[in-house]
Amino acid sequence: MVAELGHFALIVALVVAAVQATVPLIGAARGADDWVAVARPAAGIQFLMAAVAFFALMYCFVQSDFSVATVFQSSHSLKPLLYKVTGVWGNHEGSLLLWILILTGFGAAVATFGTNLPPALAARVLSVQAMVGVGFLAFILFTSNPFERIFPAPAEGRGLNPLLQDPGLAIHPPFLYLGYVGFSMAFSFAVAALIEGRVDPAWARWVRPWTLAAWCFLTIGISLGSWWAYYELGWGGFWFWDPVENASFMPWLAGTALLHSAIVVERRDTLKAWTILLAILTFSLSLLGTFIVRSGVLTSVHAFATDPARGLFILGFLVVAIGGSLALFAVRAPALRPGGLFAPVSREGALVLNNILLATACATVLLGTLYPLILDAISGEKVSVGPPFFQATFVPLMLPLLAAMAVGPLLPWKRGDLRGALERLRFTFIFAGFTGLAVYALVEPRSAAATGGVALAAWLVLGGILPLYERTLRGGVSGAAARLAALPRSAIGMSLAHAGVGLVVLGLTVLLTWQTEKDQVMRVGETMDVAGYTLTLRGVASVAGPNYVAQRATFDVAKGGEVVMRLAPEKRSYVDSPQVTTEAAIEPTWLGDLYVVVGDADGNGGYAIRGYFKPFVHWLWIGAAVMVAGGLVSLSDRRHRVGAPAARRTRETGALAGAASGATE
Amino acid sequence: MTRKRQRMIFVVSGLAALGAATALVMFALSDNITFFRTPTEVVGGDVPPNNRNFRIGGLVESGSVVRHGADTIHFLVTDTRSSVKVTYTGLLPNLFKEGQGVVAEGRMGPDGVFVANQILAKHDETYMPKEVIDALKAEGQWKGQ
Repeated sequence: MVAELGHFALIVALVVAAVQATVPLIGAARGADDWVAVARPAAGIQFLMAAVAFFALMYCFVQSDFSVATVFQSSHSLKPLLYKVTGVWGNHEGSLLLWILILTGFGAAVATFGTNLPPALAARVLSVQAMVGVGFLAFILFTSNPFERIFPAPAEGRGLNPLLQDPGLAIHPPFLYLGYVGFSMAFSFAVAALIEGRVDPAWARWVRPWTLAAWCFLTIGISLGSWWAYYELGWGGFWFWDPVENASFMPWLAGTALLHSAIVVERRDTLKAWTILLAILTFSLSLLGTFIVRSGVLTSVHAFATDPARGLFILGFLVVAIGGSLALFAVRAPALRPGGLFAPVSREGALVLNNILLATACATVLLGTLYPLILDAISGEKVSVGPPFFQATFVPLMLPLLAAMAVGPLLPWKRGDLRGALERLRFTFIFAGFTGLAVYALVEPRSAAATGGVALAAWLVLGGILPLYERTLRGGVSGAAARLAALPRSAIGMSLAHAGVGLVVLGLTVLLTWQTEKDQVMRVGETMDVAGYTLTLRGVASVAGPNYVAQRATFDVAKGGEVVMRLAPEKRSYVDSPQVTTEAAIEPTWLGDLYVVVGDADGNGGYAIRGYFKPFVHWLWIGAAVMVAGGLVSLSDRRHRVGAPAARRTRETGALAGAASGATE
Repeated sequence: MTRKRQRMIFVVSGLAALGAATALVMFALSDNITFFRTPTEVVGGDVPPNNRNFRIGGLVESGSVVRHGADTIHFLVTDTRSSVKVTYTGLLPNLFKEGQGVVAEGRMGPDGVFVANQILAKHDETYMPKEVIDALKAEGQWKGQ
């Protein structure tokens, strides 16, 4: 009954979305206010219906209603309640429903909070948003109905993949989707602006907070996924350049570029066509990511069970959405009024450099991800493109970007003074150089690459907070706090986010240079040395968990002859699944993680043991957290919340747009 | 600064970045991609030149797994027509099982044994690597869609 209610709600949502996709659009074109007024309530109803469907499915999961095929396939009555709930999106149909819930949620948020938007623009944005909604609702109803019944109802479910029974992973997909789907807002605003034929600073002011929010969510989602891979998969890796990881990384790169180019539109009323194009491409990459994950066209460690019919549907949707919006772009972009001029050395110039490098890096990731498909189609040769490719292409493109990152924020708009900016960075440069040299002199084994990496990290962190320092502490300690509070939040946010990138670079450099790994077959009582720690295997025992049996090895870990900690890695076999999972024992220290995995027994009392020391690995997540904090601080900026000058703008007064951009300088 | 000159600068810097990226990509593609071969191709002598790393995929032949200690393993990977002997030292992924799909990366040893430096792990027991499906399809042994 509840399942049928959910199914019915989805059908209603599709019908409402179809109305919302057409009626307000026609109304906006004809100036018919009553048609335009359909958009807001329709967006609300669509969201409500999606929520009904989502919670209906959640109810079926919690109740373990195995007559619903999705529940039967991916749940089990013995599963802890938390994982019954999160199991809703631990499968294809449910994760798609989550996607739709978020998509309609963003639409409803625009309808509710976008009260200062001109009604016609709001109507067009909501219409475009609903077009995307129609695509996904049709997809779920026609190819992946989450509420399909099976008869007779099985007595027990087949269980959720035990690897997915983990708190980190349970919250990873919602964040990832909030990010992916959040970019649909930028897309809808871009297409709506193309339909209107006008882009101005006010438009950028509306788009930026949505893009920034999506970017924060996506950053959280990617970091959570990477953290989960690190502690759960037991390989000690955190990023594999796997197609599915790339699928989330490409929208992140394009979205980061979009964040920066939207600033130029907002402040200087220029780079408009490019920003629109980036908005379209960012969401297109999110759609492409969905296609890659759902269709199974690429071999990936991530894929759910896949289905070519679904892949075909998404491919068709992709062609219509991307092709349609790009065609619209080709027709309307030349009509966009070109904006102000600027010198190559200027804030705008720096942001253009950021965009060029991010877009190029994104293109190389795209090419590397799709290359196996292309080559297979052309020559039938099957290849895989692994981490070495991405390291050889992505890293060289990122280095100039990172080097320039400290300089760009110091350049003024329109025409900058490179020498002046570099002089302000003199101390940063000297400090970064000394840090690098100190690392080279003190840390064994020596590494020139790591010297450069650490110096770059210091350059980024210090250079990132330099603008803050100049505007607060340099004027004396007294009053610094007041000056900080008086700064625009977006300036503080930028400094934080840029410093966060530096922390990630620091973590990556130290980890990739000095991590150690040791494999050894150990019997009880034997020892292994990892990075100055001595691990002694004390015993291996069978331990029963709620729905698994674990083989648990216990180690005493000694440093300098003294036992400092105990580690107990496990290998778990689940009762409701043939799968085995590795629970690495990870002990965080100030310098890094000691990471131990237990493998198979050799039948003679020996066990394959792998020990790692992962120096500075925590700085990866800390850096990502600082980046997100920067995004959130920037999001709290008054300008993003209010968009005040915009509310007074009316449709006809193009002249005011120029005045608004003048006012922000 | 004229509009024309500004556009020129955009175009030139964009092309420079693209050019650099193209050079990097060409260089990386010539060096850093991994070919895939089915067991039948390997038995027929069709292996990538210069003793490069490549991947081999198929099913772990039932009854073929022999362990030497806890960390060295020999097994046969098969596409049901031909089998290739594989040896691997290290921790095995959790989903490695007889009768299941497997992808191994490594190179051929002089004795015709494939020395794997990596056995690819998969997250999901119902998931079959696409290359394995293709290898089985080529032999008409694939039962799925």
